[in-house]
Amino acid sequence: MELFKEDKIYNFLGKGKIFFLASFVLFFLAIALISVKGFSFGIDFTGGTVVQVKYSGAAPIEKIRESLKKNELFAHATVTEFGSPQEVVIKTPASTMGLSNDIGDTTKKILTGTGDFEIRRVDMVGPKVGDELRVKGLTAFLLTLLAIMATVTFRYEWRFALAAIIAIVHDIVITFGFVSYFEVDFNIESVAALLMILGYSIHDTIIVYDRIREHIEESKNTDFVMIVNEAVSRTQSRTTLTSLTVFFVVLTLFVFGGDIMMGFSFPMLIGVIVGTYSSIFVAAQLVVWTGFNVAGYRQMLAEKVKNRAEKEKMRAQFEQGIV
Amino acid sequence: MKLNYRVVLLIIATIFGIIFSLPSLTQSERGAKVTLGLDLQGGLHMLLGVKTEEAVTSQLKSIASGVSRFAEKNDIMIDGLNASSDTVTFELLDNDDAVLLDGYFKKVEGTVVRASGGSYSITMTPVAVEKLKVQAVDQAIETIRNRLDQFGLAEPTVAKQGVDKILVELPGIKTQEEEQRARELISRAAKLELMAVDEDRAMRVNELGDAEAMGYGDKILEDALQPKVKHLVREIPILDGTMLTNAQVGYDQNNNPTINFTLNSEGAQIFGDFTAKSVGKRLAIVLDGKVYSSPVINERIGGGSGQISGNYTTAEANDLAIALRSGALLAPIYMMEKRSVGPSLGADSIRASLLALVSGFGLVILFMMFYYGLAGVIANLAVVINLFIILALMSLMGATLTLPGMAGIVLHIGLAVDANIIINERIREGLRAGVPTRRAIAEGYSKAMRAILDSNVTQILACTILYVYGTGAIKGFAVTLSMGLLASMLTAIVGSYGIYLLFMDRIEKNKNYTLWFGMTRKAK
Repeated sequence: MELFKEDKIYNFLGKGKIFFLASFVLFFLAIALISVKGFSFGIDFTGGTVVQVKYSGAAPIEKIRESLKKNELFAHATVTEFGSPQEVVIKTPASTMGLSNDIGDTTKKILTGTGDFEIRRVDMVGPKVGDELRVKGLTAFLLTLLAIMATVTFRYEWRFALAAIIAIVHDIVITFGFVSYFEVDFNIESVAALLMILGYSIHDTIIVYDRIREHIEESKNTDFVMIVNEAVSRTQSRTTLTSLTVFFVVLTLFVFGGDIMMGFSFPMLIGVIVGTYSSIFVAAQLVVWTGFNVAGYRQMLAEKVKNRAEKEKMRAQFEQGIV
Repeated sequence: MKLNYRVVLLIIATIFGIIFSLPSLTQSERGAKVTLGLDLQGGLHMLLGVKTEEAVTSQLKSIASGVSRFAEKNDIMIDGLNASSDTVTFELLDNDDAVLLDGYFKKVEGTVVRASGGSYSITMTPVAVEKLKVQAVDQAIETIRNRLDQFGLAEPTVAKQGVDKILVELPGIKTQEEEQRARELISRAAKLELMAVDEDRAMRVNELGDAEAMGYGDKILEDALQPKVKHLVREIPILDGTMLTNAQVGYDQNNNPTINFTLNSEGAQIFGDFTAKSVGKRLAIVLDGKVYSSPVINERIGGGSGQISGNYTTAEANDLAIALRSGALLAPIYMMEKRSVGPSLGADSIRASLLALVSGFGLVILFMMFYYGLAGVIANLAVVINLFIILALMSLMGATLTLPGMAGIVLHIGLAVDANIIINERIREGLRAGVPTRRAIAEGYSKAMRAILDSNVTQILACTILYVYGTGAIKGFAVTLSMGLLASMLTAIVGSYGIYLLFMDRIEKNKNYTLWFGMTRKAK
């Protein structure tokens, strides 16, 4: 089967302004959404307790709420159905420091009499841990960006790196705009998803960049726009196909992974779509806008080759004992 | 068909992958295996903090009780001996004894003694404080490990995290009752103190406030069995649990479980001396700040053994004896994070993630076969080998497979075919341009190689950072993904190329591009 049969070169950059506008609007909508609505952070960040309870019959949610109300640990607790009508999740911002008689034990005592139940999961995170996680998550994110900036600059050029970073931020902001809009729990798995999207986005972008570099090296074409158009057109089939396979697996995670994986699978699902879009329509476009100079780059490459040749010559001479 | 080194390498990698992933797949007893994370097999995960500053306080208290013993032995008159959270203070009444006292302090390490007139204040040096804090954490880890070993749980993990945190993982915990018991055992301070009852003021205990009692160098403690009853004891204990050598469960005359403890020779000596001069007074047996009994001393008690009686069940007495034997915690611990997963939820998670794995895998395999024909089959083969290699590497490293780790593997299946897609698209491009098959394949690989390397190196970099800064389950995710990236470079770049080379003659002769590459080649 061939979805992309002809070696046609599309004028992606010609439509650049439209995509720029679309990205721009989405990006700032996402930022507005995140700053106004924020995230529903999970206990990993805020500290607190999550208790997952499974009843043998349908869970008596009203009764559970009624019983919990009497204890001040559960003053701000929420009780929601989780996956099936038998199961509920109780979430409270409170946590306990003692090891004996902790909040899990308390929950069990409180729920006694609401029916036949089993406590399947108790996650309790103290406030200190959440702070640490926030710092660590942010450090990891910034460090990764820096590492990418450095490698792409080293392998390509700083303008490529800058464009890649902007594309990454674009992908992540838009993705998490969706996370904010749909009020999906933002937990430690979401941080993993965030870093995954980052990795995926740079992966896609580099494949396109590699093609651009190849065209610069192999052709005499000095029109950078044409070079980019060709590179994007040629990699477009691969970008779409890989996105499809990744989309397949993320979709199965989303469908079968259940509510417990939601914090990971939902951002991934959006991230794959946005990442694919940006590597075709945004990342390469941005390199053009940073004022990349083909002739200059070729000259730099030529110098590199010259330097290498000179070094080798020197070494050869050295080895032969001439110098 | 000619064997080439690439195919040989692929075969070796495949055999390696299968052999070392077999123990994990069959769950056999022998061989290195991947351990399932607590979120998959169920169990208790705790991150404990250590209140190290309290170790310092209790060290100061024991300095104070040393001073008190020394003074008594040498007939030095001191007054107002008091230990606060960072200093020990007292008044020396007769300045002639100062030399003797200074001699004593020279032998106590890590202290700074300031004396002006007759008032002494003793603090610990910052170095000694730091050392003590580190020691408190290490000792807590050791103690918790000892207690858990004696408790008889399968494969407990107790490890230091950062500077003052302890990670405890107990996969053996299946019910909430077990969990509660384990938590209590771990957290028990098990601090045994033998204290003198302040007989002069004991009658007024209910009128005294804590501050007032402290002024007298006393402390008000609750009774363990009747919380309303209060005891007034000397603040500085006669001796504590560090001098304990053994603790066993015994039974008293009413057949109630008790804990019988034995002191070492130094403890026995101090205990003997104290009881000899305190006949007629009471001795309080204090455990974790509660008075368990306060018998009247009838005569000098030698031999150094004693008994703690409370309303224990045999299991409680047993746990307490374990705690006493393994020693007191130098500093109290508290819960920073706890995750407990019931075994049924773990099983559900395994089922859900396996379902995602199988269906994701199925979709990708079908798609690749449909789209690329035999080239797709080769890519699929590479992915399967890839999975074996990931599992084998993880088994050999003794890595833990968590739920995010499973997600990482599922995600990886989608990403693993990418290298093959890049290569196949390149080959098709060449073929479409009319390049001969052999050259199209060779060029496809060499051109795709650079892109694959560049992007994978950046991704592995991202994974490394994720590993370094990630916590717990996230680390597992980073591990599976980077293993996968490495394995996919091997299988896609080296392995699948080898397979093409193996069949090259046939591909060239056969010329059925639909079958081999899933494409139609325009006749030229």
